[in-house]
Amino acid sequence: MSRPDDLWTRLSALTPARIGLGRAGNGLPTREVLRFGLAHAQARDAVHAPMEAAAVADAIAALGLRTLTVASRAPDRATYLRRPDYGRRLSEEGASALAAAAGPPADLALVVADGLSARAVHENAARLIAAFLPYAEAAGWRLAPVVVAEQARVALGDAIGAALQARAVAVLIGERPGLSSPDSLGIYLTFDPRPGRSDAERNCISNVREAGLQPADAAFRLSWLLGQALARGLTGIGLKDESDRALEGPEAAAALPAR
Amino acid sequence: MAYRHIVGPRTWAFADLATLMAKATPPRSGDRLAGIAAESAEECVAARWCLAEVPLSEILARPLIPYEEDDVTRLILDTHEAKAFSEIAHLTVGDFREFLLGALPETLTRIAPSVTPEIAAAVSKIMRNQDLILVARKARIVTRFRNTIGLPGTLAARLQPNHPTDDPAGITASILDGLSLGCGDAVIGINPASDSLQALGRLLHLLDDVIRRLDIPTQGCVLTHITTTIEAMNRGWPVDLPFQSIAGTQAANASFGVTLALLKEAREAAVALRRGTLGQNVMYFETGQGSALSADAHHGIDQQTLEARAYAVARAYEPLLVNTVVGFIGPEYLYDGKEIIRAALEDHFCGKLMGVPLGVDICYTNHAEADQDDMDTLLTLLGAAGCTYIMGVPGADDVMLNYQSTSFHDALYLREVLGLRRAPEFEAWLARIGLADATGSLLPGDGTPRLLAAAPGLAS
Repeated sequence: MSRPDDLWTRLSALTPARIGLGRAGNGLPTREVLRFGLAHAQARDAVHAPMEAAAVADAIAALGLRTLTVASRAPDRATYLRRPDYGRRLSEEGASALAAAAGPPADLALVVADGLSARAVHENAARLIAAFLPYAEAAGWRLAPVVVAEQARVALGDAIGAALQARAVAVLIGERPGLSSPDSLGIYLTFDPRPGRSDAERNCISNVREAGLQPADAAFRLSWLLGQALARGLTGIGLKDESDRALEGPEAAAALPAR
Repeated sequence: MAYRHIVGPRTWAFADLATLMAKATPPRSGDRLAGIAAESAEECVAARWCLAEVPLSEILARPLIPYEEDDVTRLILDTHEAKAFSEIAHLTVGDFREFLLGALPETLTRIAPSVTPEIAAAVSKIMRNQDLILVARKARIVTRFRNTIGLPGTLAARLQPNHPTDDPAGITASILDGLSLGCGDAVIGINPASDSLQALGRLLHLLDDVIRRLDIPTQGCVLTHITTTIEAMNRGWPVDLPFQSIAGTQAANASFGVTLALLKEAREAAVALRRGTLGQNVMYFETGQGSALSADAHHGIDQQTLEARAYAVARAYEPLLVNTVVGFIGPEYLYDGKEIIRAALEDHFCGKLMGVPLGVDICYTNHAEADQDDMDTLLTLLGAAGCTYIMGVPGADDVMLNYQSTSFHDALYLREVLGLRRAPEFEAWLARIGLADATGSLLPGDGTPRLLAAAPGLAS
């Protein structure tokens, strides 16, 4: 039998769960109480830190894209957390701004939304869009102005996509922070966006972050799904993400953008 | 029929019983989201005054959801025991509260089959937290499969060894950790990440293997959809406890893809397997306030009353375990630590009053206004209330479901502070294998090598 310490080194490598923590009496060692406290604090901060909308918009504008900032009907974070219905609807100012900005019909509207983690947006959104642009250029997709949305839920993208006359909308949104993933971005793609779409009509790419799915990989998946969505005229349960097979198969080379 | 209460110059009126019960409910975000909560603190208390004067027989006579529309209402009324009800039929809700405060444990056992969820919910709404604790503590609900759960002075714990990709070695590592810390008498229960039949089969065999090799007097469960578990039983795989999430309306259950007939089918199939050595309580259910609203199946009824109706579904199938997952659903239903604590005590009280072996997943998400201190408070209160079981998650951090629950250490804390023992058969096993002394206290040092000595190769 191995010594206990070796045993726990080996067992701990098998799972991200907090096992082999030890005991102080019947309680947790101080180290573990503080380690947990730090993880929870980071998750809490991620939920409550406001999105730096101007900085996010600047970073996206630096990629050569037009941007527009709107807010949902939830005026603050406390209301946002209690009233998911408000987070799915545009503020009056936001609706007017979109109406004024609407240009010719587009293939895709990109929406960058704070959701439940502004940190996820700060760290991943511009990188993801930068990685996605070469695919959009290669495919010749027309992009609507990128909308930065505050106090937003996923379904706010339906109203935005409809206002911008986009064939599809991709909402890049901060996901509900886990104790060890405060920085995780989700992408929700919806074909023919309009208010009233259900979650079953969307495709999701989740866990986009440094320690998860890399933005470059997420950009490839998004472009694969968008290509399928525009060709087949649907998203959701009828469209399975088979981008892995595209990467392995002969069409992978064709799917990669010209540099 | 309208209900009225006069406070000084003002007459408060409530259009019907559903409105009255919603307005009388202690504040919570889910009822506000549904647009049915009291508009002011005074309206809430006026509703409670009014509710206290409503006879129990009137609540029984006025179903909140019509009999013709909802099979949960039909279940409640068709299985109601009129003889037991005669003992309380003459009481108002206010009288009933006082009756319960003075009742003996055997009285609670006698009336339990006659307590409808609406009656339990109504009386809970006019009770303070200490009332909810005191009455629940007197209820005696004992269930058996391979051990005895719910004896006075005991607390059980579910060992919850979840893994983000269902990796068998990772799950086994968490099981060893939990067992070495004396956790697992309620059940070793895995929430699978995958909903595939193949994944279920692997996990069922893993649990069966661990329980057999270590000869643990406990039961295993993979918390997957009941139809998948029925298929597993058809294939002869080792199912101890069929699991299902349930809710308090037919429409909400339909949104879970479950019917009362499916629950009956699963129970009968599991009983026929005869895998329980001490008893045939084979079902495991989970519930939680807000599930009906989130499924748009709430009929304008407050979330706490609907939760109690889920216990009426549970009790029809003589479950081994039922737990409310109180803070999992998020702040749009229970906003902060105060609302989560109140809801957990209400749920536990209502379940126990109705004769259901209620445990609580004491938990929260990171977007709720709650933290470990709130959970410690709730844990201690539920220990005092005689909660049947709690969850044991490694370090309180569920790395698959992404929420915080209670840990193996939390169960040890509660045992030490309140002198709570484990299921007796499990406690004897811990002593036999050299992990705990005869009183159930863990022996010093890491117990895992002792476990591995009993089942060589388990972690290899």
